[in-house]
Amino acid sequence: MDKVKNGPREQLERVVLGPLVRTGKGYRLLVGGLVLVVLWALFAYSTQLRDGLIVTGMRDRILWGFYIILFVFFIGISHAGTLISAILRVVKAQWRTPVTRMAEFITVVALSVGGLMPMLDLGRPDRIPNLVLFGRWQSPILWDVLSISTYLTGSIIYLYLPLIPDLAICRDRLGNEVPGWKRWFFRVASVGWQGTARQKKLLSIALASMMVLIIPVAVSVHTVVSWIFAMTLREPWNSTVFGAYFVAGAIFSGIAAIILVMAVLRRAFHLEAYITHKHFINLGYMLGGFTLIMMYFNVSEYVVTGYKMAGETSFHFVQLMVREYAPFFWLYTIGGMVLPGLIILFPKTRTFTGVLVAAGLVLVGMWMERFIIVVAGLRVPLMPYDPSWYVPTWVEWSIMAGAFAMFGLVIAVFSKLFPVISIWEVAEQYEEHEVKEAPALGRSLPATGSLRMEPTSEPPAEGADHGPGGTR
Amino acid sequence: METREQAESRREENLRKWQVSRRRLLQLLGVAGVAAVAAPLVPSLLRRGGNREAVADEGAAPARVRQWAMVIDLRRCDGCQGIDLPPQCTEACIQGHYGPEPMEWVQVYEQELSGGGTQFIPTPCQQCQNAPCVNVCPVGATFATPEGVVLIDQERCIGCRLCMAACPYDRRFFNWGDAPVPPEAQLADYDPEHQFPAKRGTVMKCNFCPHMARSGKLPYCAQACPTNAIYYGDLEEDIATNGLELVKLSQFLSENQAYHLKAELGTKPRVYYIAGHGQAVGRSPDHEGRKPTRWPWQERAAGAQTWTR
Repeated sequence: MDKVKNGPREQLERVVLGPLVRTGKGYRLLVGGLVLVVLWALFAYSTQLRDGLIVTGMRDRILWGFYIILFVFFIGISHAGTLISAILRVVKAQWRTPVTRMAEFITVVALSVGGLMPMLDLGRPDRIPNLVLFGRWQSPILWDVLSISTYLTGSIIYLYLPLIPDLAICRDRLGNEVPGWKRWFFRVASVGWQGTARQKKLLSIALASMMVLIIPVAVSVHTVVSWIFAMTLREPWNSTVFGAYFVAGAIFSGIAAIILVMAVLRRAFHLEAYITHKHFINLGYMLGGFTLIMMYFNVSEYVVTGYKMAGETSFHFVQLMVREYAPFFWLYTIGGMVLPGLIILFPKTRTFTGVLVAAGLVLVGMWMERFIIVVAGLRVPLMPYDPSWYVPTWVEWSIMAGAFAMFGLVIAVFSKLFPVISIWEVAEQYEEHEVKEAPALGRSLPATGSLRMEPTSEPPAEGADHGPGGTR
Repeated sequence: METREQAESRREENLRKWQVSRRRLLQLLGVAGVAAVAAPLVPSLLRRGGNREAVADEGAAPARVRQWAMVIDLRRCDGCQGIDLPPQCTEACIQGHYGPEPMEWVQVYEQELSGGGTQFIPTPCQQCQNAPCVNVCPVGATFATPEGVVLIDQERCIGCRLCMAACPYDRRFFNWGDAPVPPEAQLADYDPEHQFPAKRGTVMKCNFCPHMARSGKLPYCAQACPTNAIYYGDLEEDIATNGLELVKLSQFLSENQAYHLKAELGTKPRVYYIAGHGQAVGRSPDHEGRKPTRWPWQERAAGAQTWTR
């Protein structure tokens, strides 16, 4: 029963728990920088509170701007996390284990940042309680309030449940290495987890229920986000495909966000042994698949309306394809869908770097897509007047920078409080492999007996394709 | 080993304490059920009566519930070219409601005709009976009165602007900053029927002047029209007037093939149009252009700012 002192599990714990104990100079600099950006955004918002929304570039005709774009963007990113982690859990994809924790982190953080955005957009933020006091369920905004708060609650639970055994590991392993408040935190947050059979059973039941429940909730969230637009009579928004289009776009941009955040955390915390290139390639395949789905949705949307050119469609098409918003549109369609799709398609470019480039392109492209939907959509004239312009002001740029900084900041802080890889799930896989690969000898085999489990004494070279995640 | 087993059994004991008996579970479910049923009532218990209720009561009190409607006879609208002034309906509305620049609650659009030339279309809020703005408002700040008028309670509006996105007629205006209105507008008692003083961060629009009608006057726009192109009346009593003549509303609408703007959207407006380009007052469709609207507020409330639409 005794564990080998330097088994793969111990190695894993050392690597993953390391960042919770030690904090480097680079981390402090990064957090300091992010805090400064967030403070600057708060200052920008304070001028908006003082003078009103007149400090933004929004006006009566183009009445939404960066805030609503960022709302859709961040809520979109939040889909990756839970959906990927839940779907991969449901289909029991083995390679997922080292990835799920980060995906779930991203969900919670992106959802919080995204949910904040419409509040910044309000003319009367002091009246937010009216949504409760006078809320009307007939309004798409209330649907959003309901679904996003449900999703946030659900994804916090879904993040927390598999954290419990890891928090217990932190509690047991990190003695005086961490300050007292952290020890207290791990003790309280691990809610008396001892890894008994009964606790394990309860946890697996809870996890199984949550992963099934969270999928329809996630789908509903981006559907009703799209209905903010689709429930109006405006030309480019008045579309039945919007719900599905938004859900696909959300997962698409979410996968890209996971890839990028994963790459950063992997580099920062030296997780190369656990998050291998195989993980990036696998997520790249998912991204590539979604480029096809997204292209299909765009063909459905634009060919069906463009063929008929009814009403104001021709104005919208001209501004998108050849005139004012053509750079955005083609950057989105070619740069954000076709190009990433091709990068994933060809084995030569389907590398770690290739996948990162594709993910970056997708994120930029999907931001453009939201810009086109919100700004170009509102620009289509409803009456005989000259189309107006939307020029975001320094306040909006600052708040956008602040939103991204906040996203990075919360992830950075999280990474100091929680293990960024699910230790117990990865360790469980070690044990499964052990049993599978030496069934005759069973548990009596020393933990180091399996070749695949052999821990490398040094971090493996860049591009090494092994470790628990790389086995499938 | 023994101490370990003891600890194990103590934990099991603790866990058992958390187990719920069937009776207890049913009790909990019952409480949750009652709470779930009662939850939607909580907001109504929390909130106090606002302007909305006051207006609704007023409308419901008389025996006959008026159904206000407007007919704009485009045959008689020359965009005020004849008197060489900015559209008088727009300016009277601004003066009567302390309308802040750049809001034109009744705006005179110049639209190209299919066969060349232009027509003028004075466009107030269409007072839709299937109003997209009322449908989407998250807090019921935009609401329809029993008289069929769509109003905004600027003391409840949260400024999300979804109603502006939903309005297919571009008839809603936002107070992006402190509205440029004269200081005297700040002295009035606020009421959704006249909407002043304007409140920053809220939406405004034409309110169809039901307060004027109730005191026997036509709306500002109808009063000010130099060619009497705007009729205002009551569908319920089937009567309307432009200040000069009285018409039987239903007959007037039918005989002149009155239409709605964007009727295909199914918004069911209370504003009707009779097609034309000002021919009844001698305007040729080739005579294009109108004077820009003026806001007369020389002296403005402190801290006021002007913006463009």
